[in-house]
Amino acid sequence: MDLPVVWFLLIALLWTGYLVLEGFDFGVGMLLPVLDRDRDGRHDDRRRRLLINSIGPVWDGNEVWLIVAGGATFAAFPEWYATLFSGFYLPLLLILVALILRGVAFEWRGKVDDPRWRARADAAIIIGSYVPALLWGVAFANIVRGVAIDENKQFTGTLFDLLNPYALLGGLTTVTLFALHGAVFLALKTAGEVREDAGRLAERLAVPTLVVAGAFAVWTQLAHGKAWTWIPVAVAALSLVAVVGATRRRFEGRAFALTTVTIVAAVVLIFGALFPNVMPSTTDPAFSLTIDNASSTPYTLKVMTWVAVGLTPFVLLYQGWTYWVFRKRLTVEAIGPNAGLKPVVRQR
Amino acid sequence: MDALDLARLQFGVTTVYHFLFVPLTIGLAPLVAIMQTIWHRTGDERWFRMTKFFGKLLLINFAIGVVTGLVQEFQFGMNWSEYSRFVGDVFGAPLAIEGLAAFFVESTFLGLWIFGWDRLPRVIHLACIWAVAAATWASAYFILAANSFMQHPVGVRFNPETGRAELESIWALLTNNTTLAAFPHTVFGSLLVGGTFVAGIATWWMVRKAQKGDETEARTWRTAVHLGLAAVLIAGVGVAVSGDWQARLMFQQQPMKMAAAEALCETEAGPGFSVFAIGDLENRCDVKQITIPGVTAWMATGDPGATLEGVRELQDQYTAKYGPGDYVPILPITYWSFRLMIGFGALSAALAVAGLWLTRKGRLPKQEWLAKLALLAIPAPFLANTFGWIFTEMGRQPWVVVPNPTGVDGVWLLTADGVSGNPAWMVALSLVTFTVVYGALAVVWFKLMRRYAAQGLPDEKPADPLGDDEDAPLAFAY
Ligand code: HDD
Ligand code: HEM
Ligand code: HEM
Repeated sequence: MDLPVVWFLLIALLWTGYLVLEGFDFGVGMLLPVLDRDRDGRHDDRRRRLLINSIGPVWDGNEVWLIVAGGATFAAFPEWYATLFSGFYLPLLLILVALILRGVAFEWRGKVDDPRWRARADAAIIIGSYVPALLWGVAFANIVRGVAIDENKQFTGTLFDLLNPYALLGGLTTVTLFALHGAVFLALKTAGEVREDAGRLAERLAVPTLVVAGAFAVWTQLAHGKAWTWIPVAVAALSLVAVVGATRRRFEGRAFALTTVTIVAAVVLIFGALFPNVMPSTTDPAFSLTIDNASSTPYTLKVMTWVAVGLTPFVLLYQGWTYWVFRKRLTVEAIGPNAGLKPVVRQR
Repeated sequence: MDALDLARLQFGVTTVYHFLFVPLTIGLAPLVAIMQTIWHRTGDERWFRMTKFFGKLLLINFAIGVVTGLVQEFQFGMNWSEYSRFVGDVFGAPLAIEGLAAFFVESTFLGLWIFGWDRLPRVIHLACIWAVAAATWASAYFILAANSFMQHPVGVRFNPETGRAELESIWALLTNNTTLAAFPHTVFGSLLVGGTFVAGIATWWMVRKAQKGDETEARTWRTAVHLGLAAVLIAGVGVAVSGDWQARLMFQQQPMKMAAAEALCETEAGPGFSVFAIGDLENRCDVKQITIPGVTAWMATGDPGATLEGVRELQDQYTAKYGPGDYVPILPITYWSFRLMIGFGALSAALAVAGLWLTRKGRLPKQEWLAKLALLAIPAPFLANTFGWIFTEMGRQPWVVVPNPTGVDGVWLLTADGVSGNPAWMVALSLVTFTVVYGALAVVWFKLMRRYAAQGLPDEKPADPLGDDEDAPLAFAY
């Protein structure tokens, strides 16, 4: 296999890692205002902290998958990196701001014991999870669909071109899918009432997700697919159907494995439909960025292959180990009292 | 302002901002690791409390370092797409390696350290913070390799067919002598920040406790003061030695930057180091300067009598070679930022010596001014770092990739040719957005750091890691 193809696959792999892993922590963030309600329907801060702590040790490591996907695209497909990020400027700006606020909110939320402080941090976490979850879907749908690119590999469209119905359906797909993935993750990671509630929510989310994601997958297949990409469409559909059953019966581990399979199948579908382009041009197919005209030289690709092959196994090992260390289900009781500083009381 | 100016301003704002927090992370992480190691070795609980105290400050800082780094990673594509196309083959590699080799380690092991206090066996928990510290240095290495390529392109050739730079040897790229000099300089510069930070806060507390007559606590803080001051002294020497090396390389690789650092207008034999200049730096030549004879020539070449080319002559050479244009960086900025870098660094080192003198032979000083001065000293090395980068990057102008006078031919790019084709309003929008968000975060960061520093040592006792109490509350949790 020639190296540009290998790197196309590796980049797909990095995005898979990112979407599977950060997918559930976006989900947890989005579900914060729903699953933090106690049995009387009141928001309970301890439950909220339980939810946040369920992803506490891992969210940053998950986000690095994005950084590496970005860096690897720069190294292996500089033209793709250049056209994509200069072209999708405003959505990317929104994603970055969202990730910035979300990141500091996780780290700083517990540092001050003040309801208003926490409310602000929570807003940052919730919005900071919705925005990227939505926009990554929009972005990938647009990549598959193609955008206006001229002969100099410059994006010539506008923001509104990116907000077409197909792309919006793509965004809705990632939002629902990540919410489901997050609910399933919480059912697997927590104990007690939160676990029950997350299980019930997952059950309720499963069917709508199946409908939305199914519609997006079929649209993608019909408009941009190849014969073999019916396979990922079928896998995604079947696994989501199975998720419906698994969440009903509260098979938590199985449900999580199945939502993971769905996300993997979705990435396979997207990248399969894209191949051998990396960014098709709607202006003229001759202007499309392809794995050949966008890639680095064979030497760079060879170096990067050695680096990736040498380092990725270790990454998987120690990240896997982290999940093992923190495998215990969390309970509200294990969440200590808020250790933050008391708010400053202003004297008049 | 056009898109180019805005993009430059945005790069400057976001990167200087990123590098306010980065040196503290790089410098403080190993110090916290040392504290935890001492606790581990001696079982002395004072060091446990110290680890927790400075560990918390490290975490508050780390968060902001991480999120601002995200912007850096994508900014090349957003604002500098033509630059990315030109150098992607070369420049992308160190960035990707940085992510794979450093950021994964950093983020994963930091998560383990934060949440693993009473989940992991103590030795392993200790190893986690060392892994984080080592990864911050690794990340510095790879990003400096990327940056050094822009200062001194090596391991690369120009392909006239594609019009792009192509990587020829990754080994040459990673062992660029510019990188080998910049790496110790930056890490020592960061250690200067970390050391001053620890020493500054600990001195304040030591004086406070001594004033209140709480000798035991004052002595506890005194040990931290000494740890910090030791780091400052080592770093001070390291920065000077590596900086001297950098100056020599700079003279060969970027003679214009050297001349600009000195505002050396005409070619001169044995030029002195100008300590201070008044007058019109922009059109210098009639400025009044106080100079130390021979020093600049010595810094650049090791020979105080050597001849250095001045800005004018270099400008003529560049015009002859690269066509008409203005190849002179903004002289007042290069001149002053170079001096401020060294000045603020020297100030920190001087204060460290004073601190050691005042606490010699077990003394516990009680002077109020000392407590105040200790806190005032903290910003100095931050400023030195900032000015160092401003000098390095502004002195590189108008190039984004400087032509290499001693090797590779053809690999160079003017900053003006590297910018994306996006309209100015778009860049302005992102510039304003980042500035506002960053401004707000800086305020919160500062308040949090101050309040946590003012908390003092926690009263905690170390928990037993693998005890029966599996349901003990998660230490350090969010
Ligand atoms: C000399 C050191 C140095 C320099 C010059 C830079 N950085 Fe940085 N960066 C670090 C040293 C560092 C660090 C110490 O490793 C950080 C700070 C806090 C942290 O978490 O890691 C970091 C964080 C950090 C992150 C987040 C990592 C994470 O999520 O864990 C990214 C993506 C970048 N940086 C990228 C960049 C880019 C693209 C730069 C160039 C313009 C840059 N940094 C300059
Ligand atoms: C963290 C330390 C750094 C600081 C404080 C810093 C500072 C700056 C500043 C002030 C500018 C604006 C210069 C001008 O417009 O005149 C700039 C530009 C730039 N820097 Fe850096 N820089 C740092 C590290 C890096 C690194 C590590 C890289 C590459 C890996 C880099 C790449 C660039 C690029 C591409 C530009 C834009 C083009 C230009 O204006 O020259 N910088 N930087
Ligand atoms: C005797 C003192 C020093 C000397 C002779 C010195 C010399 C230099 C030189 C020549 C450069 C430019 C390298 C280039 O552009 O190629 C530089 C850059 C820099 N300096 Fe210094 N420096 C000194 C002190 C300091 C101190 C105290 C700090 C911070 C605490 C510092 C931080 C930096 C930084 C962050 C850079 C930019 C990154 C780099 O190129 O390494 N320097 N220094």
